[in-house]
Amino acid sequence: MMKRTIPMLLAMAAGIVMILAYFFPLLAPLQDKTTVWFNILAAVAFILGGGNLLKVHLKKVSDRREGWAYSMITLAAFVSVLAIGLFKLGVNPLDEFPTQRMAGDFRAEGSGFWYVYEYVFAPLTATIFSMLAFYVASAAFRAFRAKNLEAILLLGTAFVILLGRTAAGVFLTDFLPEEGMLANFRLENLTVWIMNNPVTAGNRAIMIGIALGTASVSLKILLGVDRSYLGGGD
Amino acid sequence: MYEFLRDLDRRVIFSLMAVAVAVPILLQITPPEKATPIVRDAFETIEALEEGDKVYMAFDFDPASAGELQPMATAFVRHASEKKLKIYFTALWPVGPQFIKNAERDVIKRDFPNMVYGEDYVDLGFKTGNEGVIKLVANDLRAQYPQDARGTPIDDIPMMEGVGSIRDFEVIMNVSAGYPGTKEWVQYAVASAPDDVKLVAGCTGVQAPLLYPYYPQQMSGLLAAIKGAAEYESLVLGKYGRENEPGMYQEGLRRMAPQLSGHILMVGLIFVGNLVYFMARKRGEA
Repeated sequence: MMKRTIPMLLAMAAGIVMILAYFFPLLAPLQDKTTVWFNILAAVAFILGGGNLLKVHLKKVSDRREGWAYSMITLAAFVSVLAIGLFKLGVNPLDEFPTQRMAGDFRAEGSGFWYVYEYVFAPLTATIFSMLAFYVASAAFRAFRAKNLEAILLLGTAFVILLGRTAAGVFLTDFLPEEGMLANFRLENLTVWIMNNPVTAGNRAIMIGIALGTASVSLKILLGVDRSYLGGGD
Repeated sequence: MYEFLRDLDRRVIFSLMAVAVAVPILLQITPPEKATPIVRDAFETIEALEEGDKVYMAFDFDPASAGELQPMATAFVRHASEKKLKIYFTALWPVGPQFIKNAERDVIKRDFPNMVYGEDYVDLGFKTGNEGVIKLVANDLRAQYPQDARGTPIDDIPMMEGVGSIRDFEVIMNVSAGYPGTKEWVQYAVASAPDDVKLVAGCTGVQAPLLYPYYPQQMSGLLAAIKGAAEYESLVLGKYGRENEPGMYQEGLRRMAPQLSGHILMVGLIFVGNLVYFMARKRGEA
């Protein structure tokens, strides 16, 4: 009862309120209240997420499972950044409260959290992301083959977009006029056309499909037919 | 030659890419940019605003995508500051507030020292809840943000007077790297009042195709990837100057040269890869 029926009724009630509020403006305050509850729950989920991360990695370390050393690094990073942020290590006090260090902003320049962000977190994430350029280049060389008509179309589109999104597009088709029908064949204009027409059409079709699927799943949840979100597998 | 290309070591490709990206950066080459209509529309939407109009600036990205998005965030803040708009910063990503701090330090305090916190700009900070936050802001901003990022109650902030919901802002300016981001702003903020809420956005290259369907009806303009940033920068520089001052206001333009050489290398690699493939097929190896 407490584990399944009550949560299901709560989900149904919240969902129905959200839908009805669209049609009956009188219910708007109730809709806002429901959204506030959702946002509070989302904040609590951060704590649950942190707890779960600790649990999973502590278990891995204690069992000495393969890769446990990486779990140690994860735990050390998690705990140290949490401590730096929570205890405001290295934070400069505000001018209004010069003796109260804890009143300072933990994100302010010069704080411990700021150093971790600027000199550890930001360079690491940027490095990992920038490595994509190398892997994509290698993958394109080995896998992007004109094996059939569809692949040729994809290849042609890729060439147009790759060149059209840079100054090379303008340079290569500069001989074409800027006005009139031939202007459509300038690479930069061709890129815009591809993005505005085939890409948009394809994406709209996908979006409409997703929307219909979402409506269908939502209805199943509201009516209590789909209970998979409660766990347990049914 | 065929064998060499067929067995080309990936480290050679990595080295070529490193050179292709590094050389234009070292030589400080900046190719010219011409704004496409979708970027020009974003620029014109902001240009059409009057001094003192309110813009809701949402920085929904992280350092991983800062290479693409930071230049457009900087250009947005500079443009809004040049226009003397009132800027309301927010973030739906946990590390978003750091970019707000950077914008305040690098753009506002450096080049617009007359802007006063609480009167000309305010940092409402990060809120968790993803689209839930947007949904609430669409109806009741004060319930979502009872105080700013510094802990000041919003009733004590002069520029918060008369601000109750997203309808009270002339434009939402969103810089987004994914979920939650531009798509959610369209679905929950613009859709709540399509006639009252305008949105201009900047996004990563991979996100752009997903957002094109919203232009021009639900989105007034879009800056797609670093090229979008470069085009916007060129428009802002053209209108407000500083084109001779290298620095953060030309970061997007500066990054177009490595993008150009990188793309040319990619086209070349794909071409050579296919050449190898057809030669292998002719030899009966593929």
